[in-house]
Amino acid sequence: MELTDRAFVARARSGDADAFRVLVERHGRALFRLAFRMTGNEQDAEDVVQESFLRAYRQLAKFDERASFGTWLYRIAANCSLDLVRARKRRGGAATPAMVAGAGEGDRSEIDLVMTNLASTEPSPEREALSTEVRDRVADAMNDLSATERTAFVLRHFEGMCIEEVSRVLDCQPGAAKHSVFRAVQKLRRALEPLVSTAR
Amino acid sequence: MNHVTEEQLILHYYGEEGDTLAVEAHLDECEECRARYGGYQRVLNVVDSLPLPERSPEYEAELWGRISPQLGRTGRRFSWPVIFAWRWAIAGVAVAGLMMAAFFAGRFLPQNRTTTAKAVIQAADPKAPQRVLLVAIGDYLERSQMVLVELANANPTAPLDISTERERAADLVSENRLYRQTAEHIGDTAVSNVLEELDRVLLEIAHSPSELSPEQAEQLRERFKSEGILFKIRVLGSNVRNQEGTDARL
Repeated sequence: MELTDRAFVARARSGDADAFRVLVERHGRALFRLAFRMTGNEQDAEDVVQESFLRAYRQLAKFDERASFGTWLYRIAANCSLDLVRARKRRGGAATPAMVAGAGEGDRSEIDLVMTNLASTEPSPEREALSTEVRDRVADAMNDLSATERTAFVLRHFEGMCIEEVSRVLDCQPGAAKHSVFRAVQKLRRALEPLVSTAR
Repeated sequence: MNHVTEEQLILHYYGEEGDTLAVEAHLDECEECRARYGGYQRVLNVVDSLPLPERSPEYEAELWGRISPQLGRTGRRFSWPVIFAWRWAIAGVAVAGLMMAAFFAGRFLPQNRTTTAKAVIQAADPKAPQRVLLVAIGDYLERSQMVLVELANANPTAPLDISTERERAADLVSENRLYRQTAEHIGDTAVSNVLEELDRVLLEIAHSPSELSPEQAEQLRERFKSEGILFKIRVLGSNVRNQEGTDARL
């Protein structure tokens, strides 16, 4: 029978590095996924994953064994990502706010063109380029979210956590977590609706 | 049933608890709400199209290879905020080095050479030490503010785990001394006074228990408020940004 995280945490606490290795192997990919969704950058995500495991290792003694190790680790990774996203925003390193959010008539015709081409099933360099453009716009809209909104949205939407779990990771009340998800979804809708409405 | 609210639509999309049956029944009947719901579905489907970079099958082994050498190290390991801020820290060290070099030059060089050395430094850029200090301090203030804001905004009714904030506060205390000494060297008393107050608050956080009761957390927050430290940091940070903007335009 496969040992639980709890058993490996107990062994890692007593200095068993191999036990910690098992935890890294179990959670590494999921943490990368979370960090990438949060930061939108592969290298930043790798830094967050590495730093999160190091912080977790240093704080193992403080970990409450009754809690879920995965949730605790997610909380550390979400905080690392939050710090990084906030620092990047302060330096103006984030992508520009979604162009779609303020799309005028000229932009709309461009969007029509994008969506018409995307509707085609024929793969072509042009279609790939347009697909990249749509992805860029989604990435812009994600970058336009506040750090907390982005975290709450990523945890709820991509990681499938319920609001209760999101609030535990964010260390806030469920109501606050719920509102962060609402605000994120509404902002995304405002930014991306012109894009999707032309595809109907 | 009245029209479904935006919040209800989003909760319904995610299958969160709520009056799911009533929402479903309403969506069956109401074209307007169905259209709004469809809008959310399409937007969120587009969001799902964001690609996720593939990791190699050996990812876990590679990750462990990067982490394991750092597990056995004693003392503080570097952390990403430090990586992010390394250039500012180096700038701070450079300023301190410049100050020390100027001090020893004044002490030991013959008078005529000292005069020449001073003239060369001043002619090169008389405001360079202040500017480098301001750049370094801007980043430092933002990181300090982040720690204080997180504590100030924490849930006031539950026990508070501040182990991460304690660690960050301890790192910030070490940096604070360097910046404060540099500010004192160049005679910037406004900066050094704020840094001194900040140092006291950070020390208190660094020496607090890792878990605070709601009462202890409230005492800590009251302390920030009574000293107005967050406000002072924001004002100083704003001055620094203005100065940076002015320098960038020159």
